Amino acid sequence: MKVSLEWLRELVDLDQSAEELAETLTRGGIEVENVENLNKGFEKVVIGEIVSLTKHPDADRLLVCAVNVGLEEVTIVTGAQNLLTGDRIPVALVGANLPNDLSIRKSKLRGVVSQGMLCSREELLLDGTIGLDRSAEGILILPTTAPIGENFGHYLGLEDSILDLELYPNRPDCLAMVNVAREVASLTRKKPHLPKWAEQNQVLSLPVVTDFRIIIEDQELCWRYAGLVVEDVHIASSPEWMQRRLKAAGVRPINNIVDITNYVMLEMGQPLHAFDRDKIEGDVHVRPAQPGEKIVTLDGVERTLQTHTLLIADDSQPLGVAGVMGGLYSEVTKDTKRLMIESAHFSSVSIRRTSRRLGLRSEASNRFEKGIDVSGIVAVLGRVCDLLTDLGAGRPVALVDEVRHLPSRRQITLSTEHTSTVLGIELQISEIRQVLEDLNFEYKEKSGLFQVEIPTYRSDLEIEEDLMEEVARLIGYDRIPTTLPQGDQTQGRRTPEQEFRRRLRKVLAQSGMDEVLTYTFTRAESDAQWGSAKHQIPLLNPLREELGVMRTSLIPGLLDVAARNVARRNMDVSIFEIGNTYWGEEQPLKKLPREELRVAAVAVGKSERHWRNQPISYDFYYLKGIMEGLALEFGLKLEFRVAENQSLLHPGRSADLYLQNQCVGFLGEIHPSLEKEWGLERAVIFELELSTLFKRIRHTVRAHSIPRFPAILRDLAVVVTVETSAEAVMAKIRKLGGDLLQQVEIFDVYTGKPIPEDHKSLAFSLRYQSIERTLTDEEVNLLNSRILEGIQQDFGAERRK
Amino acid sequence: MDLERVIYLKSEILRIREEALKELRELDSPEALQELKVRVLGKKGSLTALLRQMGSLSAEERPIMGQVVNEVRTRLEQAWEERSEELDAMALQKRLATEGIDITLPGTRVARGHYHPLTQVIEEIEDIFLGMGFQIAEGPEIESDYYNFEALNLPKEHPAREMQDSFYITDEILLRTQTSPVQIRTMEKLHPHLPVKIVAPGKVYRNDDDATHSPMFHQVEGLVVDRGIRMSDLKGILLNFSREMFGESREIRLRPSFFPFTEPSAEVDVSCMLCGGSGCRLCKGTGWIEILGSGMVHPKVLEMGGYNPQEVTGFAFGMGVERIAMLKFGIEDMRLLFDNDLRFLQQF
Ligand SMILES: [Zn+2]
Repeated sequence: MKVSLEWLRELVDLDQSAEELAETLTRGGIEVENVENLNKGFEKVVIGEIVSLTKHPDADRLLVCAVNVGLEEVTIVTGAQNLLTGDRIPVALVGANLPNDLSIRKSKLRGVVSQGMLCSREELLLDGTIGLDRSAEGILILPTTAPIGENFGHYLGLEDSILDLELYPNRPDCLAMVNVAREVASLTRKKPHLPKWAEQNQVLSLPVVTDFRIIIEDQELCWRYAGLVVEDVHIASSPEWMQRRLKAAGVRPINNIVDITNYVMLEMGQPLHAFDRDKIEGDVHVRPAQPGEKIVTLDGVERTLQTHTLLIADDSQPLGVAGVMGGLYSEVTKDTKRLMIESAHFSSVSIRRTSRRLGLRSEASNRFEKGIDVSGIVAVLGRVCDLLTDLGAGRPVALVDEVRHLPSRRQITLSTEHTSTVLGIELQISEIRQVLEDLNFEYKEKSGLFQVEIPTYRSDLEIEEDLMEEVARLIGYDRIPTTLPQGDQTQGRRTPEQEFRRRLRKVLAQSGMDEVLTYTFTRAESDAQWGSAKHQIPLLNPLREELGVMRTSLIPGLLDVAARNVARRNMDVSIFEIGNTYWGEEQPLKKLPREELRVAAVAVGKSERHWRNQPISYDFYYLKGIMEGLALEFGLKLEFRVAENQSLLHPGRSADLYLQNQCVGFLGEIHPSLEKEWGLERAVIFELELSTLFKRIRHTVRAHSIPRFPAILRDLAVVVTVETSAEAVMAKIRKLGGDLLQQVEIFDVYTGKPIPEDHKSLAFSLRYQSIERTLTDEEVNLLNSRILEGIQQDFGAERRK
Repeated sequence: MDLERVIYLKSEILRIREEALKELRELDSPEALQELKVRVLGKKGSLTALLRQMGSLSAEERPIMGQVVNEVRTRLEQAWEERSEELDAMALQKRLATEGIDITLPGTRVARGHYHPLTQVIEEIEDIFLGMGFQIAEGPEIESDYYNFEALNLPKEHPAREMQDSFYITDEILLRTQTSPVQIRTMEKLHPHLPVKIVAPGKVYRNDDDATHSPMFHQVEGLVVDRGIRMSDLKGILLNFSREMFGESREIRLRPSFFPFTEPSAEVDVSCMLCGGSGCRLCKGTGWIEILGSGMVHPKVLEMGGYNPQEVTGFAFGMGVERIAMLKFGIEDMRLLFDNDLRFLQQF
């Protein structure tokens, strides 16, 4: 809602500047988004009179003017040819910043100092409607009555500011100037001066229309419909003051009749529509459209209407789409002699649907959608009558008012004590009384209990708490003190699952991976590749096609991030995400889907080069190491088995991850055949489902005592075929070593000379220790050689010398 | 005869002393030093050998000679000690002179990953409220129309629904547009238990995409329900939060606002963390920055959650995590948060 300060001043006493008022309103709950100063660009433009005109001594085409600008006379050099001594003209003085962004400075033109500029219509960005008559080329010549020295913007009546109100849906009343004035009056404790339209208005004494009826077919969709019949219509343009206010509100002036309807809508919030009475055949029907029914609307477009669209029609054809747009046929034209001006209620739901469907949104439809004051429908026509008479635009002759439903007036009980308790302020009865006085609400009070009569224009006030907000905002939210809840003390604590997620994130970040967050909606095809097409949940209205389904895997999002980074020359990427995947059990969804929390990672490239450290390649073992660290952190026995799905991952470099025989995810290098699609070379990934992981984590640690007897260390290097799995060899070593073998680690893997082709050397370090006694070299040597024999037998291994 | 012997022995002792001291000055290794010590003072050393010859001396001469030998021994031992210390000091000097390193070279790198800034902010918000006795509650991101709107006093066709452009899956199921449904879910689960005191962080979705809106973003919802909860309690809790989040000297102010599920409602501004309230570019000259929406829980919402609005009251608040992260870290374009460029992420 755009509010003209000049207009507002007529409706309420104001002693604040536009900016101060904006602050008052915002602090009072009516947010002012912007304050626009219409005089902008005219600050140093004044009206001047040409005192003398002389030829420039050194330039034939230039004139030197002496200009009286009120308190002084200035010299200005101009090239204009349409000037005479005594002309009054707009003068931009030094320092002016014109609306077309031209800055005026003191300058010298061929040796003569010029102290400003005489302005043309274009330089001032004035359109034709501003009410200045001589529209000749060149400098704008003003009437001889234009006061010398006066600010030009002020002279044009542009000294106005527009407050742009950002209204919450609960305050549609402020889509009317009179209600904005009431609001300002309440917040500044001033009395509003609203137009006297309701009492003893001529509209009340008009005869009832006899030559047609209003027929409301569906009273759910239209509660009330009033029509004002006007004769002796004289179509002309509306007065300048009305045009200016309409433009300030962003409404284009058309003619006196349309302008009056729009003006009253802006003033009182009730949309109005004027029909050419002579185009109405028989009765006026308010009815839903019939299948296939068509209408040509005011904008000249023929529209086929859907069956729920509410229409205004006569006996033979539709006259307009109710509340949204009138029909071309019944439009007011210069030849119109008689009018029917509609003031009605239409269901906000119906209007919203229609305006959406037709893609037509207007000041009128916006007000109907948010809800209008049904009780005020005829009073508004009273205001129309006054303006028609004042402007000589027509003579109101009859009124019809078909009422099907009037919302009852609300009464709310407001308790001083309850309000004090809820707000946490010790309020006096007198303070609440003052608030209700400021709001201009009627009330009865008995020992702090107020019976408040809610005016019909404040449809947002329904319960006591709504009035508490009125009290709070009028006495000021700053009056609310700061306290803390008085109830039982509570202990804030994360649930074990929340703590698990937090620790998981920490472990991964401490392993050197960066956390990313990606959109949970994604491309259907990529997600189907890594997740499950069958379970994908599509959005009905996605932002873009490629964000069309809820993800069933985190991998595509992470691969996208990795690829985008690599494309930007961030070559080394090691990232993870913890987030939900979404699993629909049926199509379309009948119940809420399962949301499955996962962790996934992508790594490509290598760790940074550094003079101390060898760069680590981001390969299978890199991610496996991170997974092992994770398993260690949470006490999980994670098993790596040969991957089952061999189409997405490199068959020789991938594993499925198992926890107690349950598959919980996978790890591996993406299949070389997919590298091109993703623009990534040798990327490794993993994805794990977290709920199973969480169920299996170790929650308590049982400490072992530190062994008292010394350990004996032995190294063992064997040569096996390259296919031999290191884990199998380790398992055999552990089995043969028994209780005395405390630990086995692989400390070296080697291929190449002198190891034969297709073979590798594995070097293990073994730690023997007993918790009961000191071991002897002999028994350890014996055990060690038994282990060697065992693996020689099982794997055809040779001891490496 | 005896006198000659005495003289001879004495001169031998002095010779040994002089030779040993001379040699000592020339030796430059601890090993050689030790060897010399053994050679002179050891069991088979020259001085020890001389001492044995003293058996032939008279009872009067013996102590005199003994004293001489002891003096020489002490003198030599002292000289050894000194020389040994000298050598140690020289060795240390030499070691220090050769072991210098370039301390300006960077240290061994320990891999360190980064939390996403939004996660950091969420954890910080959680921690602040945990410290004030709140629990952390959660709810589904794919929600029913009932929980996302209806139970929050937003019946179908309510004009306020238009404030939020939703992503729909079916007519009845959508991506939640706010974390507020967790209010209802929590109350349903906990009633009639009191107090309810939770924060609920999570992803929310609206059909919007530009420099200040992302179709997916994060909110943290808060809810407190108990007997006698006041709007001033809301102000107290949020003041504590603002000071912990943005600094001890922050102030807050409440402005009337509208949310369908709270009444009275308030927008909460915090004094600008950049200029402290005097006005700057960040706060657009006002000295205040809007950080969250809040209010007293609407009686209908309490009822929907299973509580009797005659007996209990509550307050609720909701804040945008992206906005707080942008304020906290000075991020100007929200899209950076979901672009996941490593050069951006690795700053946090
Ligand atoms: Zn500031």
